[in-house]
Amino acid sequence: MGLTAAALALSATACGKSSTGSSSSSSAASGSAVKAAIAYDIGGRGDQSFNDAAFAGLQKAEKELGVKGAEAEPSQGESDADKVARLTSLARAGNNPVIGVGFSYAPAIAKVAKQFPKTTFGLIDDTSVTAPNIANLVFNEEQGSYLAGVVAAKASKTGTVGFIGGVEVPLIKKFEAGYTQGVKDTNPKAKVLTQYLTQPPNFDGFSKPDLGKAAAEGQLDKGADVIYAAAGLAGSGAIEAASAAGKWAIGVDSDQYKQAGLASYKNQILTSVTKDVSGSVFNLIKSVKDGKPQTGEIRYGLATNGVGLADSNPAFVKMTDVTAAVEKAKKDIVDGKITVKTAP
Amino acid sequence: MMKIDKDKLIIGAAGPVLALVSSFVLTVLVLLATGLDPIEPIRLMIDNAGYSDVQVLIVNYTGILYLAALGVAIGFRMNLFNIGVEGQYRLAAMVSALVGAAVDLPGPLHILVIVLVAIATGALWAGIAGILKTTRGVSEVVSTIMLNAITTSLVAWLILPKNFGVQPAGSNDLTTGQIPESGWFPGIDMGEGGQIYGFTFVALALGVVYWFVINRTRFGFDLRATGESESAAQASGVDAKKMIITAMLISGGLAGLAGMPILLGESHTYSLAFPVGVGFTAITVALLGRNHPVGILFAALLFAFLEKASSSLDIAGYPKEITQIMQGIIVIAVVVSYELVRRYGTRRQQQKVGEELAAGGAIKTDKEVSA
Repeated sequence: MGLTAAALALSATACGKSSTGSSSSSSAASGSAVKAAIAYDIGGRGDQSFNDAAFAGLQKAEKELGVKGAEAEPSQGESDADKVARLTSLARAGNNPVIGVGFSYAPAIAKVAKQFPKTTFGLIDDTSVTAPNIANLVFNEEQGSYLAGVVAAKASKTGTVGFIGGVEVPLIKKFEAGYTQGVKDTNPKAKVLTQYLTQPPNFDGFSKPDLGKAAAEGQLDKGADVIYAAAGLAGSGAIEAASAAGKWAIGVDSDQYKQAGLASYKNQILTSVTKDVSGSVFNLIKSVKDGKPQTGEIRYGLATNGVGLADSNPAFVKMTDVTAAVEKAKKDIVDGKITVKTAP
Repeated sequence: MMKIDKDKLIIGAAGPVLALVSSFVLTVLVLLATGLDPIEPIRLMIDNAGYSDVQVLIVNYTGILYLAALGVAIGFRMNLFNIGVEGQYRLAAMVSALVGAAVDLPGPLHILVIVLVAIATGALWAGIAGILKTTRGVSEVVSTIMLNAITTSLVAWLILPKNFGVQPAGSNDLTTGQIPESGWFPGIDMGEGGQIYGFTFVALALGVVYWFVINRTRFGFDLRATGESESAAQASGVDAKKMIITAMLISGGLAGLAGMPILLGESHTYSLAFPVGVGFTAITVALLGRNHPVGILFAALLFAFLEKASSSLDIAGYPKEITQIMQGIIVIAVVVSYELVRRYGTRRQQQKVGEELAAGGAIKTDKEVSA
């Protein structure tokens, strides 16, 4: 035991040194290659949701554009000043663009963007802070959720459907608002059960599947037969519960039908509301590399397929009346005939 | 006299030193076991601490931790474990931010109102636990943990836009509205490094007040006496119930102040992004600092250093979580080493008394002379 540990340590020591060596040498040789950085929100990489999607965008840029990526995670109990320090060090190291994942980076980006006018800053989910070198990457989550509401109302036999929100924050309320409106517009008599798992600053509601499972079981007991969970990793618990009861689940953020971890429940994942965070990150990095950096509000809605519904479940494709209703609703939203609310 | 003081000092310092050394060694072992270079991250952290902006972050965070830890420590001196500092801190920051944004007063008065509201809110919240303890015998450990949970729900409800919260246009954040500039506490501008919150100096001043009250006043004596033995203190005429409530009120008031450096010096609003976890870290800081104002200051400085100097480790390819491992190990090491040192101290004392008894009645006159 002791020997292997020591051997491991020795080999790793060598690794550790070389990796820091390479990173410092590349920072010296900036200018030629584009370097992009993302600063994560609470939860960080591995949250199976938002932060992971941003990372996927960075990875794609690394592969396809030859960009060198950097990442930084927040620490617990930090203030805006810490975020300013993090963004500053990323910008100072020559990263361009520097992307803040989540609205909590808004005050910090407002400050740092002034100090680095030649660096493009990406800010996801916020348009309250603007500057020529800030790109506000925002999504019409409510539009995708509206379509999920149409699906739920059409697919439900009991007339009762469920919504599970991870943490009770305005962002998740957009999902709720769109979903409820979609359900009611399709079937005014339908009942929507709504439950939030936790309240800020307790973000367990995005990370603990057991919470999602318990909430879904409660809604199933009350007669819900379609459950839409906008709860990050906690949503997988809701999918598990719905699947065990033979009811429908609607996934969120990425096409959860295709997620390896949910393979045993996928037949019951009717569809997923997708939100193309990774695409938005990739597009921003690409725009900087091409010398035409994005600026101002970059909105990803149904019209640009920035949000949408996944159709990889064959059972969903077979429900032709449902997909027809979805197509019609989508067209109406894109044409402006339906305006989807952003707050319940 | 001198000799006894020296003994006390060595024994007092032995605990923290033992804890720090063992936690450092254990952290290096953990890094080795996970296959990482054990020295490089620590070297990087020391490098980071050389940058002026990191130094400002460390100083500012020290002030915040110091206030919260004083709140914990005053409870500890009374043998009260106020785990609710976190909840008191958050609720006080939120309510005082609300009041601060709602009123518009001339400069110093505006700040004073915000600070007083924060103290009152924190004290009230902790006072609930104090009253439950004195009237119903509810353990303050249980009640303050529950009050933390209630704080989360209460703040989440208060900050809803339909109640008192504000959602800025285009933002997904919820805030309590911006406090007008008259309610901003001026800081010290460090140029590139940023700003040292002015309230940090209030924190340090409160450390002096804490020392004076605990060691030089009747109240402080009663507090320590009740902490040592409630029944003995009561027998000598101390109203233990009153002391419990007073201690909880002060503890909560200090916890309420812990939100002020950031609220008055930087954010000027309470939002979903307001720092959390300060109250829990403060418990460790108070433990490590042995509830002594100077000890707490060094402990707060150490924790602020660990937290802030490690924040860019992940950019260099090292997991910054090693800081949490280090802090966790410090907690365990502190508890173990204090117990070891305490036992050693007791044994030593017994030995001494034995020796002195063996030496005969000489001790009495010795003591009288020295006194």
